[in-house]
Amino acid sequence: MDLRILEHPVLDFERGKPISIFLNGEEIRAYEGETVAAALYASGVKIFSRSVKHERPRGFFCGIGKCSSCLMCINGIPHTRICIEPARNGMRVEYEKSREGIPASAEIKIEKEKINTDLVVVGGGPAGLSSAITAAKLGVDVFVVDENPRIGGQLIKQTHKFFGSKSTYAGVRGIEIARILLDELRKTSVKWILNASVIGHYEEKRHLLLAAQHNRKLIELRADKVVVATGANENMLLFPNNDLPGIYGAGGVQTLMNVYGVKPGNDALIVGAGNVGLIVGYQLVQAGVNVKMIVEAMPKIGGYIVHASKLRRLGVPILTRHTIKEATGKDHVEGATIVELDEKWQPIEGTEIDVDVDLICLAVGLTPSSELLFQAGCRQAYVPELGGQVAVHNEDLETTVDGIYVAGDASGIEEANTAMMEGRIAGTNVAVGYCKNRAEAEKIRMKSFKDLEALRASPFSERVLNGKKRVWELWRESK
Amino acid sequence: MSTPEATGVLTLEQLKSTLPPKERLEKGPVAIIECIQKIPCNPCVDACKFGTIKKKTLVDPPEVDYDRCIGCGECVSACPGLAIFVVDLNYSKDEAMIMIPYELLPTPKKGEIYQALDREGKPVGEARVIATKMKKDRTLLVIIAVEKPLAMSVRNIGRRLK
Repeated sequence: MDLRILEHPVLDFERGKPISIFLNGEEIRAYEGETVAAALYASGVKIFSRSVKHERPRGFFCGIGKCSSCLMCINGIPHTRICIEPARNGMRVEYEKSREGIPASAEIKIEKEKINTDLVVVGGGPAGLSSAITAAKLGVDVFVVDENPRIGGQLIKQTHKFFGSKSTYAGVRGIEIARILLDELRKTSVKWILNASVIGHYEEKRHLLLAAQHNRKLIELRADKVVVATGANENMLLFPNNDLPGIYGAGGVQTLMNVYGVKPGNDALIVGAGNVGLIVGYQLVQAGVNVKMIVEAMPKIGGYIVHASKLRRLGVPILTRHTIKEATGKDHVEGATIVELDEKWQPIEGTEIDVDVDLICLAVGLTPSSELLFQAGCRQAYVPELGGQVAVHNEDLETTVDGIYVAGDASGIEEANTAMMEGRIAGTNVAVGYCKNRAEAEKIRMKSFKDLEALRASPFSERVLNGKKRVWELWRESK
Repeated sequence: MSTPEATGVLTLEQLKSTLPPKERLEKGPVAIIECIQKIPCNPCVDACKFGTIKKKTLVDPPEVDYDRCIGCGECVSACPGLAIFVVDLNYSKDEAMIMIPYELLPTPKKGEIYQALDREGKPVGEARVIATKMKKDRTLLVIIAVEKPLAMSVRNIGRRLK
């Protein structure tokens, strides 16, 4: 079986040299540049792990190292996130028998590397790259850390053209924006490292100290300033069998199909008609998947009508006031039951419809990835309008800890274009302390504020803006 | 509820106030922008070489100066929402021409006949591909001919018939 997509209307999949990995001794064909998870999935392996207590099958979910449903044993090292682990020739991949400790036979390197810089940016997505580029252009020494094998965050899987204005690359496909940002990054002095996870912040008197691990090597990162642009985690939804392989987060589906060119399924149900659900629905059709329907619990489609119209004229139904009641299947999704909801969000008995699907895509929102910020002691607040717990920050994206900034989805769930603007603002704010040309920094800052305000003038941004105003207020109270 | 927010489909009635007047439609090719919400987006404004598309602010819906629009179609591929079409009611005696942005496989080719789909994806007739034009950003412009009365309802092509 090979689920790799060979032809796509807007994407070209450049696969590297063919290599072999071994799943419990059995040879599996992979290509250089693929992750272990993508290679396994492409060959039809959809169960990656089992739950500890009930041994329920678990598969791909987020695809970007944020959930833990793909933990496997790689070359003797257990608990490896195979969705961000690059496949290497001869790699031994094994199912984990239980949550055992690291075996004595595992090869563990105890190496240490030290990096000193002005600014560390955690996360190489639209917010992180924008802050890095902006700060570097103004003379700041910048180091970017990202835990994924490719730089660009979630831009690298967006086949659609972006909304917004010229300053946020409107009309350009997300994948192209990722290339533009990478080109810009290369023109600066910014250094970056991929496949490296920042694992903690440590107290030190003179600097901010972060620890990162890269290829089982410890990196000590010392900097005056840190921009945390770690993005977001996909939300789960409660329903029976929601852990079956074949049920993925919307971003996970995009990673599999648009980054690695692997067809995630044949028949899909999408839960959630916000912009993410609508966009992924369209992208699934582009990848040759039959999208049976989108269900949305709200009485209204949450995303833009233009996105919904694209799907409707392809014949994809969007059922508002409907949700998923349960998924069925033994080791993999074989179907789903959907149900209509009444005014009080209760399922209406007798309205159940069974749908034959092998893919259920959850597009039910995101939660800011703010763990690092909390660990660093940044004051937090629960702001539903921003997607959950966020680090309190001001308009310049400063948190309550001196020198630590937050930008993009980590500061509240929004769009890639607003993330880029926030990144620029944080970048200029950092740069003010270093650059010789303060006037230039101030100019970029004011322009970014103006662009951000224009983007947020839409009624779709009202909720987010209310949330932002609350955290700005909380920040001022804290000072 | 039949609001577009509930269905995802804009009806002709809901589009009425933004569409070109009947007299203008009868004169020849013209841009049809099916975008009525306040969303932060303006590539259509930059795409028009003649400056006929305006937005009061970044989020206001676009307005077209129909007297100056020549229906060139530059805005069709520029629209991230794939919400712009060009309609020429005067294509021939019985047929109208529609230009649609298309990002799916297989790639339609000149001379092929497809199901003509309306805004809900329902087949309402046949669409003959008159021409195609691949833009640099890989959006394909498919130019189809349909029976004249279908000009304002067909917005996609479906299964290939011939």
